[in-house]
Amino acid sequence: MAIVEVTPGDAAGAIPLATAAHRPKRRFRLGHSKKTIVGLVLLGCFLVLAIIGPIIAPYSPTAIGPLVGPPRSGSTIATQLPGAHHWLGQTNIGGDVFSQLLSGTRPTILVSFLAGAIATLLSVVIGITAGYIGGVVDETLSVIANVFLVIPALPLLIAVGAFLGPIRSSNPLIIGVIIALTGWAWGARVLRAQAMSMRSRDFVEAARVSGESAWRVIMTEIMPNLTPVIASSFLFTTLYAIGTYVGLGFLTVVGAGVDYNWGTMLFDATSSSAVESGFWWWYIPPGIAIALLGTSLALINFGIDEFINPRLRIATGGRKMRKNLGFKLRPQLGFTPVVREHSIEAGRHALRAGLGEAP
Amino acid sequence: MTLANGRPPLSSSSQTSGRAAHHGADMLLEIRGLSVDYGLGDQPVHAVDDVSLTIRRGEVVGLAGESGSGKSTLAYAVTRLLRDPGVITAGEAYFYDWPKGSYRANDGDGLDESVRSANPTGAAQPRLVDLLTDDRDVVRAVRWSDIAVVFQSALHALNPVLRIGRLIDDVLKTHEKTMTRAQRRARAKELLEMVGISADRLNSYPHELSGGMRQRVMIAVAVALHPSLLIMDEPTTALDVVIQREILEGLMELREHLGFSVLFITHDLSLLIEIADTIAVMYAGRLVEKAPAKALFRAPRHPYTYGLTRSFPSLHGPKKVMAGIEGSPPDLRKVPSGCPFHPRCAWAMDICKTEDPPVLTLHDVSGSREVLCWLQDGRHEVPPELNQVPPTAGTAEALPSMRGRRP
Amino acid sequence: MNVGEDVPLLEAVDVTKHYRVRVGRMGRSIVHAAENISVALYPGTVTAVVGESGSGKSTLSRMLARTQKLTSGKLYYKGEEVSLTKRVPAEYRQSVQLVLQDPFESLNPVHTVRYILSRPLIIHGLAGGNVEEAVLNLLRRVALEPAEQFIGKYPHELSGGQRQRVSIARGLAVRPKVLLADEPVSMLDVSIRLGVLNLLADLRDRERLAILYVTHDIASARYLADTIMVMYAGKVVEVGPADSITNAPAHPYTKLLLSAAPDPDADEKVWPGAAGSPPSLVQPPSGCRFHPRCPYAMPICSTDEPPAFRIGDLHTAACWLHEPAPLELSQPGHTASLTEGPPASGEST
Repeated sequence: MAIVEVTPGDAAGAIPLATAAHRPKRRFRLGHSKKTIVGLVLLGCFLVLAIIGPIIAPYSPTAIGPLVGPPRSGSTIATQLPGAHHWLGQTNIGGDVFSQLLSGTRPTILVSFLAGAIATLLSVVIGITAGYIGGVVDETLSVIANVFLVIPALPLLIAVGAFLGPIRSSNPLIIGVIIALTGWAWGARVLRAQAMSMRSRDFVEAARVSGESAWRVIMTEIMPNLTPVIASSFLFTTLYAIGTYVGLGFLTVVGAGVDYNWGTMLFDATSSSAVESGFWWWYIPPGIAIALLGTSLALINFGIDEFINPRLRIATGGRKMRKNLGFKLRPQLGFTPVVREHSIEAGRHALRAGLGEAP
Repeated sequence: MTLANGRPPLSSSSQTSGRAAHHGADMLLEIRGLSVDYGLGDQPVHAVDDVSLTIRRGEVVGLAGESGSGKSTLAYAVTRLLRDPGVITAGEAYFYDWPKGSYRANDGDGLDESVRSANPTGAAQPRLVDLLTDDRDVVRAVRWSDIAVVFQSALHALNPVLRIGRLIDDVLKTHEKTMTRAQRRARAKELLEMVGISADRLNSYPHELSGGMRQRVMIAVAVALHPSLLIMDEPTTALDVVIQREILEGLMELREHLGFSVLFITHDLSLLIEIADTIAVMYAGRLVEKAPAKALFRAPRHPYTYGLTRSFPSLHGPKKVMAGIEGSPPDLRKVPSGCPFHPRCAWAMDICKTEDPPVLTLHDVSGSREVLCWLQDGRHEVPPELNQVPPTAGTAEALPSMRGRRP
Repeated sequence: MNVGEDVPLLEAVDVTKHYRVRVGRMGRSIVHAAENISVALYPGTVTAVVGESGSGKSTLSRMLARTQKLTSGKLYYKGEEVSLTKRVPAEYRQSVQLVLQDPFESLNPVHTVRYILSRPLIIHGLAGGNVEEAVLNLLRRVALEPAEQFIGKYPHELSGGQRQRVSIARGLAVRPKVLLADEPVSMLDVSIRLGVLNLLADLRDRERLAILYVTHDIASARYLADTIMVMYAGKVVEVGPADSITNAPAHPYTKLLLSAAPDPDADEKVWPGAAGSPPSLVQPPSGCRFHPRCPYAMPICSTDEPPAFRIGDLHTAACWLHEPAPLELSQPGHTASLTEGPPASGEST
């Protein structure tokens, strides 16, 4: 029965959660964190590339041709090295790495976001229903989720890919759905746990006592409170989908000969012994691209985490404070910092203290 | 020794005796003009704003206030336990480190023999410790062995995977390096018995004890090193009223026995009237009134204090309609200009809205007190509600009613 | 006191609630949360239920609100017995509303005040065509004015006291006849508690609601309530008019509560001490549940549970000390002690 003292530290950065019912208007003030801004900018770049990549690519990704790279010193033979014509060099059969990279952006983004969206939708519907309704419904849905969790994703996808054949399995929609089916279960478990804990909260009880139907309670009372969790789950699942899709490309389950993606590039590079031959321009650019895309999503995820848990926000300042104080204040546990400021404030206090005794 | 802000300290050890004599040789904690902010960016929140407070040896000082008053922040800032983003931005805090055992309790009941024999009473001189120093070791040395803190919720303050005996043992081992294991065990038993828990509970885990017992364990851990100051932050708020009474009676008895001072932080003013010698009331980070306890209750001088005393329905006597105080404590991010209480004050004047009120010292039969209010500056008529007659200092009426069980 | 009908609006007769819990790694035990409680709520009155944690007072409020099933006992609504097996009828849900303790938890942070208050109106069809106006009126009824200023706010923009008023407004939206308030002010700042309590008193007077006020604070119970019921370890130990209970408590536990409560008006307090703490509800003490801690305990207290003995007009206490002495025998034992208590022969206090 403690009196809840609102510490300004919690309230000082308080940001209202998503607003009302049927069309949740998300007002994420993520702009405070440097991490999130970097993540968003990076993601933005990739999204732009996904749209215009194939258009601005200087060559077709599947084009082949003679090697025209600058020769090594002491030789006159043209190589695959990066040069004026091919900024990221050439593959061993003369393809342009840069064009391949650009063209590979679109299917990767498309498939992984699609898979993320479908998986999130599934996990929301199944997880929240199971958590809120409980009982037999919960047990049934949990069993289904556990089965999907346990199924090894990659072997299943390989099998399905082989079954569908390379043309159909390169269809982003189909492969997106299939990846989603292997990735929804984790999010469903998380949301189920969340829904279970929300079920017993006072305002949910109050809504039930007011007479709200179970459907409305789920949609209007519980879901809006879970949007940060759902958003985070979406980003995490998309990250998983990127990895899976690139992996599938590497195993030539998708893309081979039909479409180009980063995984396929890596396959080509590996099968041509690019590492041993030192053709770094072939495998490092796709590697970096994958890493950067993944990082951007992870950074945005951090931003959402900080939004959910205000304590993670660094409130003691940063650049602005460094400017004011001349040094960065590092918070230490058990040793509250003392920063005495000499300012008009100090003078005002002294004046007040000096007014002294009343007659 | 000069302080970080370049000014000389209030007194150095060589002048201590003179200063001590000036203050009656019993100063323990002196806070002057302390200000604490949360965050140092564009919009710092002034959690504590220019607060001065003194605690004497053997005194029980109550710190009363509601949400956002800054009372807990003040206590934690002084002990440097305030967490990020709390920053101390102004003021001074000095602890007077008297030799252990040099203080006699009120009725001369005496102290632990072990403590008394180590330091014969005599011309004891305190060592002045700057609590706001940059030197971590200074603060660490003072913390727990001289100033101890009892936190609000013992359930959260006690490590759930450690047995009680181990917890006490850790504290003793860290600070008293000369004690042997057997000595520590004996001391742990002694401490538990002092707070009324049987010694066989040394092997219990915190979750095996009731809420009241856990709080008592916290008190035992706090007094383990004979601190001269015990800071208690809402120690009984989460407990039932009967347990609360038991614990407080026990605490007062312990105080008679060991002679420590208490800084008791709570929102329950009615409780403070019973145990405190002096009460300081905080509102929106400022100290609005400080007076002897009974005087504060019977004859408040600040409108907020007056309103607070009218917020506790009485148990006996005629039933009258009481109103509490209109409005609610302000959001610290948007504190009203001038006097922070003016929007809720029944006697607010124009000057209250624009100018910060001064700290005024008033003298009457109850002693002296401080008030932060324009009404009391001598140029305005004081309303009768704020001008009642307080009990005379030194009479039985002026003493706190809970003084520990008489033998 | 009881101005109005003779028939209570809501009455619980001999209600009991047992919970089954798993204790340790195996085995189930029964928690005797509340046993044999009877209470009657009349329109235009406030009945306070005072007790510490584990006394069963919150359980009682949930049973009356029918968010918890009764293990045994009967409920009467407007004099008629309520069926405990069929679904709770809509009229019951509308008439009996619950106000909870935690102002931070009772309102959904993602909804505005407007949404929170309009939902019950819309669901039960009470808006009469103009929902906005109906919500504004609700806000005025709980003294949140100017109402237009509050209607668009989110809970985190309101103070604890304001939030609690919105909770009360939500309870009032469906035009209940009974309001069950479970510790409505415990988590509020001290200076605003009385405002909310005065609001409840106002609702009792102006709208003739029957209010159940559950609290651990006997001083506020005395302030607000007409009748006080004291509970200990799941049982009722004393019931009576508020002033009788505080001025002339008959049960030793009530006396303990009263002397433990902070009383700044008292010049000196004597604390007799209260050995022990409230008992486990899994294995409550035999006989009178308070006997292990009672300074006046007699042999019969540990074997037989005392019934409620009449102390005065409408004042009863479940304590063997108040058993009327049989007229033929003059046994000093039972009527002695509790020196300042009223004599057990039923003299009115």
